[in-house]
Amino acid sequence: MLTRRIIPCLDVRDGRTTKGIKFENNVDIGDPVEMAKIYYEAGADEIVFYDITASHEKRGLMIDVVRKVAETIFIPFSVGGGIRTVADMRDTLLAGAEKISVNSSAVQNPAIISEGAEKFGSQCVVLGMDVKRVKKRKEIPSGFEIVINGGRTYMGIDALWWAQEAERLGAGEICLNSIDADGVRQGYDIELTRLISENVTIPVIASGGAGEPVHLYDALADGKADAALIASMVHYGTYTIGGIKEYLAGRGVPMRMKW
Amino acid sequence: MITIIDYEAGNLTSVARALVKTGHECEITGDPDRIAGAERLIFPGVGAAGAAMASLERSGIDAAIATAVGRGIPVMGICLGTQVILENSSENNARCLGIVKGRVAPFATDMVDSRGDRLKIPHMGWNAVAMQKSHPVFDGIDPEDRFYFVHSFYPAPADPATVIATTDYGVTFASVIGFANLVATQFHPEKSGRAGLHILENFCRWIPC
Repeated sequence: MLTRRIIPCLDVRDGRTTKGIKFENNVDIGDPVEMAKIYYEAGADEIVFYDITASHEKRGLMIDVVRKVAETIFIPFSVGGGIRTVADMRDTLLAGAEKISVNSSAVQNPAIISEGAEKFGSQCVVLGMDVKRVKKRKEIPSGFEIVINGGRTYMGIDALWWAQEAERLGAGEICLNSIDADGVRQGYDIELTRLISENVTIPVIASGGAGEPVHLYDALADGKADAALIASMVHYGTYTIGGIKEYLAGRGVPMRMKW
Repeated sequence: MITIIDYEAGNLTSVARALVKTGHECEITGDPDRIAGAERLIFPGVGAAGAAMASLERSGIDAAIATAVGRGIPVMGICLGTQVILENSSENNARCLGIVKGRVAPFATDMVDSRGDRLKIPHMGWNAVAMQKSHPVFDGIDPEDRFYFVHSFYPAPADPATVIATTDYGVTFASVIGFANLVATQFHPEKSGRAGLHILENFCRWIPC
């Protein structure tokens, strides 16, 4: 049986991770390559890097990180943030990433999804979606609206429509981030997760809000997500990936338990 | 020396990096002579069957692979490399290499799991591999090991004798196929963590009889 994936997410700025991990061993907590290695050895099924480097000139730093990560870990990893063109996609994939994720660049230019899928295959094009709850209205029948700029700009696009449109354009997976739930650690937005997951045929990664293992259970079991993204709950050492997986497996969620 | 076939079909460097990690020397080449004369050959690839076959035919690599397989050297297919070893694929209705009898079939779009939830396509993530016979390349692999898959079409070999292992995803499909000196996996050993590296190491040492 296909197992559900647990995916730690690392935010990288100027080639350094912006959140450390609380670990006993003596690692440089700012080095994304070291952190990737730790999570690889701790049983991560995949790793997501989100490049929050502000200036375009420093993008080369991320490419170096990707290259070193690819030499160090032997599970899939994806890179998002700052990917605006097919050339950016190519650079990142050639450096060794398995997948690239596009978010606001795809909202502004949906053709990047189809161009990327055509050039590199759907399996490596992930659509990242930032979503906020709004009052249902004619343009937003689902009550979930696409936002960009960290939630500051409302795009007038219905989240369910956009998920299905991205699938049609050739996205191979969706990483679905609830801006309302993000960082609050009170659980994923299950209603949103389930709505999207049940209405597309491609895998959906739940993102935003994980604070304890039961939240992952809710997203995977009730939310019907294929994978769950986690950040602070493992970065600060509150939980281990192994511990989270044991809990989920104990509740009947198929997990990869040997690594 | 392990020769990795380069035919413009995606992530070849990840296979090379995994081999370097296991301490083996490798070359990535699209030169038909080097492929035909290889000591040990890996045929990887991601992408679509139609484009892959067009590239293999244009470059003359199709014949070089057949020559290498015929010489009895160890050959390993991975993902798309495994699929195009069969006779034809439903993807782009592509005629393939025909080294193993059978075809490549699409997953049905209406598959559900035991809880009634729709199974997503592509089949993406970590799944089990059930050995149908023992194979030296799988020595030391545990039933609890999981392997990374990402595909929308699956191998359907005609002769059950060529099925080495199977995987369940809505259907039970052949996730590892092969014969005497050929082993071909639908999953990505280079992305399957320690268990995947172990398989690549076994392949590098394998002496087919």
